[in-house]
Amino acid sequence: MLRAILPMIAALGLALSLYPVQAASITALKSLKLDVPTSDAMFPPGPGSDAMNNNCLACHSADHVLNQPSLSREAWQEVVNKMITAYGAPVSPEDAKAIVDYLARTKGTS
Amino acid sequence: MRDQNAPPSRLTRRGALRGLGVAGLSLMSSRAFAQQTVDLHVPGGPSTRFITTSYPQKGRMILQRSSPPWLETPFEVFDKGVFTPNDQHYVSWHWATFPGDVNVDSYRLTVRGHVNQNLSLSLTDILHSFPRVEIAAVNQCAGNSRLYATPRVAGAQWANGGMSNALWTGVRLRDVLDRAGVRAGAIQVRFGGLDEPVMSGAPKFLKSITIDHARDGEVMIGFGMNGEQLPLLNGFPLRLVVPGWCAVYWVKMLNDIEVLDRPDTNYWTATGYRVPDTPHNTVEPGEAGAKLVPVTRNAPRSFITNIRDGDKLSTGSPTSARGIAFGGDCGVARVDLSIDGGKSWQPTQLGADQGKYGFRPWQAQFTLPARGPHTLMVRCTNTNNEAQPDFRVWNPAGYMFNTIETTHVVAT
Repeated sequence: MLRAILPMIAALGLALSLYPVQAASITALKSLKLDVPTSDAMFPPGPGSDAMNNNCLACHSADHVLNQPSLSREAWQEVVNKMITAYGAPVSPEDAKAIVDYLARTKGTS
Repeated sequence: MRDQNAPPSRLTRRGALRGLGVAGLSLMSSRAFAQQTVDLHVPGGPSTRFITTSYPQKGRMILQRSSPPWLETPFEVFDKGVFTPNDQHYVSWHWATFPGDVNVDSYRLTVRGHVNQNLSLSLTDILHSFPRVEIAAVNQCAGNSRLYATPRVAGAQWANGGMSNALWTGVRLRDVLDRAGVRAGAIQVRFGGLDEPVMSGAPKFLKSITIDHARDGEVMIGFGMNGEQLPLLNGFPLRLVVPGWCAVYWVKMLNDIEVLDRPDTNYWTATGYRVPDTPHNTVEPGEAGAKLVPVTRNAPRSFITNIRDGDKLSTGSPTSARGIAFGGDCGVARVDLSIDGGKSWQPTQLGADQGKYGFRPWQAQFTLPARGPHTLMVRCTNTNNEAQPDFRVWNPAGYMFNTIETTHVVAT
């Protein structure tokens, strides 16, 4: 009887230890030193691409923009306004216009 | 992972160029990305995304943005179990300037503001001088499923993988606040992490909750995810865990807690992350004038995980459906399945309850009566008797989407 039970207990113990979570299991944290990738991709060349590269890539990679849906010129204008007013992007009025033109041309709805 | 074959000019470290002194940034040229892509099948913009395995401590992820990283959990992961593996727990950062190098000996969590005594807690203090708690909870971006907004809207273009579930280990925020001693007149608690804005004029990412919420005994300072320390990209070494609430509140690399005696006026609390104060936060596109309120709690959702759109199923024999559901800020009461586009519904069997804020598995059997196209739908009703809506949830910022999911299949 005991012989039969012991392997069961052992199996149960193993099953419990394999359960992914045990509150008491973390006794210390280990320092991390890791490389987080960035991207050097530029915007597809064309009118306004310099303004895009110079103003947008400081805060986020180009795929942030390239993965956005097609939007109206008004919607792109709102996005650019938000980058300037809410997120502090130092974009000159000339560059802001070039950026909106680029986005409306390459990712517009009309 | 760096592209060792990249030409020298591409190996510039952008972080160093900016003079930000950020350790551990490496450059990933476009060539370094895996060539594999996933098609998310949406009209109105780019539908495919790269699959990446280049991020530290992360496995296969959908690359929504390289920097600051937006890494989406591939949907098939949700079919494997209710707890999302740490290496596929989705990743989202607002600012690119966060360290890759975190020393656990020098790390400190500050508690300050409207308190009797300021605290500067080491990680040893956090791990060993407070009672530990555990809670299963879904961490979901307020903009999860924004990809499916119709009409489309700007923002992170998450499909349905801007969410993950984990068993979180940590200490109660209440216990930490009590050690500092919250003074009378405190109304909010504000949280900040190691991430900093790139531009000097930009608002640091901070988020606040009310003092009562902060002291509810559930809000946690988490140091463990599924029994292990947090991955760097999920906020190592500490992140706030706000069960039932959108992930924007779950501040990563948490190092500053400030008790406020006046309303927080910072951008992220006072202005950002707004939805119309309407039923299901929904307005007609172009409709203006709705009062705006902050996103707060999660809403109920459910998904079929073993049958995908376009699958072929057999006619006349039982088919098994299974998936996950969550109630939002409370538990799952029921999950119902429709095989006729929502005309009739059948109950499903709920699996083990691992905690009311986590994913709950469900399963059901059904038989498609005739050959041809069929529309499967799944609907979660939570324990507050709130069900997922059958209309399109839409607002200008693409938050809080929880429309009933639809899966088109063909019976053969």
